[in-house]
Formats: sequence, C-alpha cells, structure tokens
Amino acid sequence: MHSLEFDIAHLLAGGLVLVSFMLLYQDRLYAMLNVFALHALVLALSVAWQAYIQDAPHLYVTAGIALVFKAIAIPLVLHRIIQRLGIHRQIETVVGVGLTMIAGMGLVALSLVVMLQVTAGADPLAREDLAFALSVVLLGLLMMVTRRNAVSQVIGFMSLESGLVLAATGAKGMPLVIEISVAFSVLIAFIVIGIFLFRIRERFDTVDVQALDSFRGERR
Amino acid sequence: MIALPFDPLLAILVIPAVAAALLALLPDYRLTATLNVFATLLTLLVAAALLIIDRPPVGRFLFVDDLNIVFIVLNTFVGFTTSVFSASYIGHELETGRLTRTNLRFYHAMYQLLMFAMNLALVANNIGLMWVAIELATLTTVVMVGIYRTHEALEAAWKYFILGSVGIALALFGTIIVYMAARPVVGEGLDAMIWTILISKASGFDPALLNLAFVFLLLGYGTKVGLAPLHAWLPDAHAEGPTPISAVLSGLLLNVALYAVLRFKLLLATNPGALAPGPLMATMGLTSLIFAAFMLYRRRDIKRLFAYSSIEHMGIIAFAFGMGGPLANFAGLLHMTMHSLTKSAIFFAVGHVAQVKGTQKIADIRGLTESHPWLGWSLVLGVIAIAGLPPLGIFMSEFLLVSSTFARQPLLAIPLVFGLLLALGALLQKLGGVAFGEPTGSLAPARASYVPMFAHLGLVLAAGIYLPPPLVAWFQQVAGALG
Repeated sequence: MHSLEFDIAHLLAGGLVLVSFMLLYQDRLYAMLNVFALHALVLALSVAWQAYIQDAPHLYVTAGIALVFKAIAIPLVLHRIIQRLGIHRQIETVVGVGLTMIAGMGLVALSLVVMLQVTAGADPLAREDLAFALSVVLLGLLMMVTRRNAVSQVIGFMSLESGLVLAATGAKGMPLVIEISVAFSVLIAFIVIGIFLFRIRERFDTVDVQALDSFRGERR
Repeated sequence: MIALPFDPLLAILVIPAVAAALLALLPDYRLTATLNVFATLLTLLVAAALLIIDRPPVGRFLFVDDLNIVFIVLNTFVGFTTSVFSASYIGHELETGRLTRTNLRFYHAMYQLLMFAMNLALVANNIGLMWVAIELATLTTVVMVGIYRTHEALEAAWKYFILGSVGIALALFGTIIVYMAARPVVGEGLDAMIWTILISKASGFDPALLNLAFVFLLLGYGTKVGLAPLHAWLPDAHAEGPTPISAVLSGLLLNVALYAVLRFKLLLATNPGALAPGPLMATMGLTSLIFAAFMLYRRRDIKRLFAYSSIEHMGIIAFAFGMGGPLANFAGLLHMTMHSLTKSAIFFAVGHVAQVKGTQKIADIRGLTESHPWLGWSLVLGVIAIAGLPPLGIFMSEFLLVSSTFARQPLLAIPLVFGLLLALGALLQKLGGVAFGEPTGSLAPARASYVPMFAHLGLVLAAGIYLPPPLVAWFQQVAGALG
C-alpha cells in the first residue's frame, strides 16, 4: 500500500495532466486563460506538496513563483493584451477537437509506457512524477502544433514549461539553480513574446500566425 | 608557462558582460562599434592566452579541458572578425535607414550578450548552467533576427523562437533525466550536475535512463544544431536577420549546440550498458546532408542558399562525430573549424554584395567578378572552399572523412559521397550565375571591410595546403579524447 503522501502527490500530478487536456479543447481565448491559470495553480500546489514531503524548503519558492507569476500575473497581462488587440474571438484549430483529444490520449499513453518501463529501478514517486511530467510536456507540444494563434501558442509553451518544473521538482534534491532558471526563462520568454505580439500587431493587424506564413521569403 | 594575474575563464565571461552593459548605455554609434571590436579582441586575447598558460583548476561551475578549448578559441576568433565586419556593415544600414541609432545600441549590447552566453555554454562545468547559457544565446539571437521588423524578419524570428524554445525545453527534460540517473550514484545536490563528476562516475548510472535522456538531448540540442528534420527555423533566421548575425549563427552558435551534444555523447560512451550514441548522430547527420543538398538546387535567395549549406555541413560534422574513432573525429573537428571560418567569410562577402546590389535574390545578382572584383573573387573562393574543392581546407577534412568511412563502413560512404557531390553541383551552378556574365544592378563601388574576409579565407587556404604539426597534434589529442 502507498502512503497518503504518495497518493496526494499522485493526485496533484494527475490533476495537472487533466488540466492540460482541458487546455487542448478551449476554443475561446478568455476561457483558455482561465484554464491556464488553473493549470498554474495545480502546478503550484503540486510543487508545494513536493516541498513538504521532501522537506525541501527551497521548493516553496518555486511554488510561489508558479503561483504569483504564472497563475496570476501572466493571465492578467495576457487578458489585457487580448483586450487591447480586440482578438477575443474564436480560435481556429488546425485539427478538430476530437482528433486532438485522441492524439493527446495517445501521447499520454506513450509517455506512461516509455517512462514506467525505462525507470523501473527508480523510486516509485519519482518515476510516476516523471511520467506525468512527460505527459504534460507532450500535451503542451501538441497544443503548440494544433494552434495557429500566437497567444495560444504562447500558452501551449508555458504549459510545456509547467511540465518541466514538475519533472525538476520530482527529481529529489535537484539544485535550486534549475528551478529559478526555469522560472526566469519563462519570464524572459514572456517579455520576448510580448514584444513580438505588439510588433506583429503593428505590422499585420492580426496575431494569427498563419497570416505570417504567406510572407515566406522564397515566394517574394 | 606564464601565470596571469586574473582568472582567464572568468575574464572571457566578464569582458563581454561588462561590454554589453556599457554598449547599452553609450549613444554614439561610431564609438560603440569600435568598443564592440575592442571588447571582442580583448576576449580573443584572453582565450588565446588559455592555450599557453597553465590550465586553471577544474571548478564547480567553470572548467577548461582539451575539448572545449578548441571551441572557445574558434568562438572568440570568429566573434572578433565578425565584429570588425559588423562595424562597416552597420554604418551602411544606418545610412539607408534600415536601422536606427536606438536599434544599434540594442544590437551591440545583444552582440556582446550573445558572446557572453556562448562562452558560458562552452566553459560551463555544470549541465544546468550550460542549458541556461544556451537558452540565453537563443533568446538574444531571436531578438536580433527580428531587429529589422519587416514581415519576413518577424516571421523568421517567431518561427525561430517557437522551434528553438521547444528544442531547448526538450533539452532541459533530458538534463533533468541525466540528473535522475546520476542521483543514486553521485548523491543529491549540485554534485550530480557537475560534468567532471558525472563523467568519472557515468559507468554506474542506470543505462535505460541515460538512453532516454540522450534521445531528448539529441532532439533538443539537435534542433539548435539545425539537423534535419528539426532545421525549419534555420534558413529563415539566417536570411532575414542582419548579416553579421547570420555569420555568427552559422559559424558559432550551431557549433556551441553541437558541443553540448558531444558532451552527452561522451557521457553515454563511458557507460557499458547504454546504447551507442554514434549511429543516432550519424543517421541524423547523413539525413541532413542529403536533404540539404537537394534543397540547395531550389534556392532563390542567396542568404538562404548558404543557410541550407550550413545545414549540409552541420550534417557532415554530426556524421563525422557519430562515426567516431580518431580519424573521423579529427576530420569532424577540422571540418567544424574550416566550416566556421569559410561560412562566416562567405556571409561577410554576401552581406556587402546584398548592400551594394540592394537585393538578396540570386537571379538579380550577376557578374560580380566584373563589377566588384574583390568581393566577387572572394565569394568565388569561398564557394569553392565550401563546396569542398581542393586545395582548400574543407577538401582536406572531407577527404579524411570519406576515406575513413570507406575503410570502416563502405556502405555509408556511398550516401555520404552522393550528398557531397550533389551539394557541389548545386553550389557551382548558383555561383556561375552570380559571379560571372554581364553585370546587373548597381555598379557603385562597395565600401567593404575586406580584412576579416581575407583573413578567414587565407587561413582556410593555408590549412588546405599545409597543416602545422602543433595544430595536428592538438586536434589528434582532442579527437582521441572524443572516443
């Protein structure tokens, strides 16, 4: 029998995968932002729980960054950007919702099969955490591939980074350097993307990445 | 042996970092361009000093060994020559109004920041720190690619950003798995991320975890190397950014990413249970070579043409290191050095040509050897070098690689030679139109800085004719260490 600590860690990591699935089928930007905030909240809880059971106080910092930065600040800012750009319309997905969900399930199955087999020797908490983390990473990747809208690609990328944070915290005793750098890279990434969104808007009157594709240099 | 009064490893990081801060503050562009050259020269001198002084002791974060010193010296050298080229290039961009003075301050600061990030990635003794440095290098180049703010530049930067971030994310996942593999053996904490400790204990790691980690690392850093099928960002990023950045991207950043892959390849090689990393790299390298060789025929943009040629050459280098063994590794190292020098020289020439003619379209550039003999003949020499014709340096490394492949895996030599010949045909065909015939477009004399271009091509020519024995001994030693 597993202990209660294990079960709760499992529940939270599994919850993160579930919210990743919810992100996949959101077709309105505002709703997607709310789900992303939920995603970051579950991540923060999961990291905080890991900090508690590993007795690693520095992980609380990581949890705090996830909560303040990813669950509150980014959704608020993106909300304002969407408002200012006036693009709160439907998202065009490249593939249908059904197909995306099936692909997502396939990816989760794949990551479970791969991870659980490969890590047979590792301790059970870490290996299941890693399997969930890989699922979140792959789902984030899937979201980036199936979306055309720049804002939703950014959200896909950030959910992917959440998976990385989950993996890093599951690896017991991983130095703080990494967690802070992950948080920092998200910050920098966000600034860069923010600049880009405005520049794209400036030039194209749309944030639809497909519109950019028509400007391929070779077809001038 | 001479002892320096300061830590040279720290110096090659501190100089670019301080220069970046300074360049961001100073307004005058002539002064900043000179300062940029000066800072890169200083970094180069310190890096060259690393060759002759006693190696600093291995630290917990920074270290220098036989492998990374090759990369550091090459990196700082091309960084220096590119800054000389850049000084004359941006003067023209400022006149034509493609860049403003504010842009330029930003550009120079980012250039130094990129140098800092690449040097940090090379000297890092910590796989986490190395990852952070490569991420920083990616972000600085993303903003530089987008600096012209045209449709194409924005698209290129966006594509580069998305693909680069995904690559970097996969690499971080691989890094985390390496940590997990190391933890039971090395113990928790920082030690399990220090490269020198990892390599000494890698034989005890769980092979399955290492295998998994390497797949992620190869895909992740492989995206940055520009190996097919993960190369999609590379042609756009090269074509749309300022030309000095194309030169640095092709000549240096791709090498830095390859260096990261090589480090982890070494880690796997010391573990008897892990899969052999060589065949994976060789396959990706060969795929990139043949794919890029075919793509060369359909290019209409001159910078894109040479971007695809970079994919081709990174493929050859990855194949060489994938084959392994002293001879192939030697060929790989030599090829990497020669490619960096030649490709950046080509981009210097192409940058001036595009400025004079006002276009990057291959069809609109004709008869360069007649209208601009110096630029034209330099380009001809560069293309002959990059296509792998004798007597230049790349011929030498390609010859070594092909002969060692024939000796060990004759079947693999066939696609290798096929790819090389295919690329040769494409490059010569494109060169014929650009360099010879009736000149078109502007005939105005070019105000170019020829020195960096000639320096690079001269070195490549010299290496093709005569390789000094100390250099050969040095590369042989590194090739032996690479396994």
